[in-house]
Amino acid sequence: MWEYSEKVREHFFNPRNAGPMEEANGVGDVGSIKCGDALRLMLKVDPATDVILDASFQTFGCGSAIASSSALTEIIKGKTLDEALKVTNQEIADFLDGLPPEKMHCSVMGREALQAAVANYRGEVWTDDHEEGALICKCFAIDSKMIEEVVRANNLSSVEQVTHYTKAGGGCSSCHEGIEEILAMVCAERGDTPQLAAPACASSSPAKAPATPESKSGLTNYQRIRKIEETLEAIRPQLQRDHGDMELVEVQGKKIFINLIGACSGCMMEHATMGGIQAKLCEALGELVTVLPAREMARIMANMAAEA
Amino acid sequence: MDHAPIYLDNNATTMVDPAVVEAMLPYFTQHFGNPSSIHSFGNQVGKGLKTARGQIQQLLGAEHDSEIIFTSCGTESDSTAILSALKAQPERNTVITTAVEHPAILTLCEWLEKDGYVVHKLPVDKKGRIDLDQYKSMLTPNVAIVSAMWANNETGTLFPVEEMAEMANAAGIMFHTDAVQAVGKVPIDLKTTKIDMLSLSGHKLHAPKGVGVLYLRRGCRFRPLLRGGHQERGRRAGTENAAGIVALGKACELALEHMGHENTVVKRLRDKLERGILAQVSHAFVTGDTLYRLPNTANIAFEYIEGEAILLLLNKMGIAASSGSACTSGSLEPSHVMRAMGIPYTAAHGTTRFSLSRYTTEAEIDRVIAAVPPIVAQLRKLSPYWSDKGPVANPEQAFAPAYA
Repeated sequence: MWEYSEKVREHFFNPRNAGPMEEANGVGDVGSIKCGDALRLMLKVDPATDVILDASFQTFGCGSAIASSSALTEIIKGKTLDEALKVTNQEIADFLDGLPPEKMHCSVMGREALQAAVANYRGEVWTDDHEEGALICKCFAIDSKMIEEVVRANNLSSVEQVTHYTKAGGGCSSCHEGIEEILAMVCAERGDTPQLAAPACASSSPAKAPATPESKSGLTNYQRIRKIEETLEAIRPQLQRDHGDMELVEVQGKKIFINLIGACSGCMMEHATMGGIQAKLCEALGELVTVLPAREMARIMANMAAEA
Repeated sequence: MDHAPIYLDNNATTMVDPAVVEAMLPYFTQHFGNPSSIHSFGNQVGKGLKTARGQIQQLLGAEHDSEIIFTSCGTESDSTAILSALKAQPERNTVITTAVEHPAILTLCEWLEKDGYVVHKLPVDKKGRIDLDQYKSMLTPNVAIVSAMWANNETGTLFPVEEMAEMANAAGIMFHTDAVQAVGKVPIDLKTTKIDMLSLSGHKLHAPKGVGVLYLRRGCRFRPLLRGGHQERGRRAGTENAAGIVALGKACELALEHMGHENTVVKRLRDKLERGILAQVSHAFVTGDTLYRLPNTANIAFEYIEGEAILLLLNKMGIAASSGSACTSGSLEPSHVMRAMGIPYTAAHGTTRFSLSRYTTEAEIDRVIAAVPPIVAQLRKLSPYWSDKGPVANPEQAFAPAYA
């Protein structure tokens, strides 16, 4: 079973604003019974101020679909339409203390229902350009359609490039077979062959770094910390794209303490994110280092002191 | 209200019978030897394996105990069977299976297709039954093997595998059946059939996870999946999972003892559960072939609501079941079994499977019968396809999404 946050469970068991609304003046229907998720969002908008006075929903769907619908109505009530349209699916997920990667599409659907309802109120026609494929990368919740589109649009030909453009495959790497299949298909369309990775991935393997003793990377302490900061700066935009961030807290020899903030903090991918940062730092410094969460710093330092 | 947990997901896995645990425990610390060793430590384990082989032979009605090959699970047995048939008959490139098989078969077949093999999947009708005439027309000389499940894991529907094996045999084609759901629930007597290979899995019949069997008829051409040591007469290399095998033997002995109970008491409770729920809930129906199915499985489609939501609410009441909805699998499509049967999407996403065991009690069934109707009502109240009295008129059109 999925690992739902307490907040998701709470909103599923006791959904807010559920049921039809007679006096709605903006209605948005998204999803379909075919794909197992269908959401109707009903808004009561004050025509003078554009403020959403009331919102309610009806949802055919799983636990997180119902919880996302409930969260959406709570978030948008009292907002003006323009304010409400700025709500991202990530905000819906954050409101619920996160959703499993397979369920992020429930929050996307919430956002789409909102766009559809606002369009309906304004007498516009809303069309959706969103097409969803099979989930390929479970670490970063990237589906096959997105990979396919990015591969096609950018003429990509290797898994590494796909990871660079979409993050897919950048976590546990179990989905590389699936990504290779998409590459093979799209490459075949343009009469090309995909570039396959070397049998043993050597480029960023920390094990290949020379096993130098502590702080023997040929850098002074100051240079070394500068280097760490530069490396983190290069990674930072990837985290910010997911509404997250990080800060360097302390460097103690081989141990580098980092604080993940924003959406990255407490994210179920925290471990993978830390692992990715560690690999980059090993590569940049040419030595083996360990990246640890800063909240563990006191405990780890105490242990080290006790051992010494 | 009593909230003691009720486990009705026995087609997913079962509790290990305490007598089975008792039988296997000595094989961890006392009889820990390698059965291949010549000394007394190994010898005792060898005897344990022999006993287990005999117990499994009994349950399956196999002619020889050497027809039992121990594996790690049902999936390994399935892969071994199909890959062996293709390897042993390189001049044949086709596999026949059904549209409703377990992923252990279907995913393997999809992978074989990428390698150039031809796979024919027999369709099923709305009750999950195959057409034997259509099947017969597919039995051509380029077919290496037919693989059809004995019982469907989602609906419990039984395929006429004995008849299918006769027909394959008459056409000179090997026949394999994935019987992980059937073994222990329906009587099986392999020596009177033309079945060449059969897969079973320990954890579906009150043995632990991590042990399975491939039954291989004596004389059936075979190519091992794992090569190495001489274990299992060279047909499955790798040191035996001795404790697991002993446990599986004991579990098979118990399954044979309880066969009558399974087909009387358990069946009656299953029927009571279905009747009790359907009497109170409208727009719900039992899926599969209700006249020819496992005695322990009830699969009910609740229209206009979604399965995962049902499971979460059941779980809150302490009831464990499973669903064919898309959301429980992480995909966007509902169960391939429901789609193959042509169950409409309005119902397929709401299919809920209750699978009983010999431990299920009357009181538990009464509690489930009382719990389900309010859960369905609660979710229908949230559904855009449902109004106060029933489904909205023409639900597919009443709900008009900007995209579908």
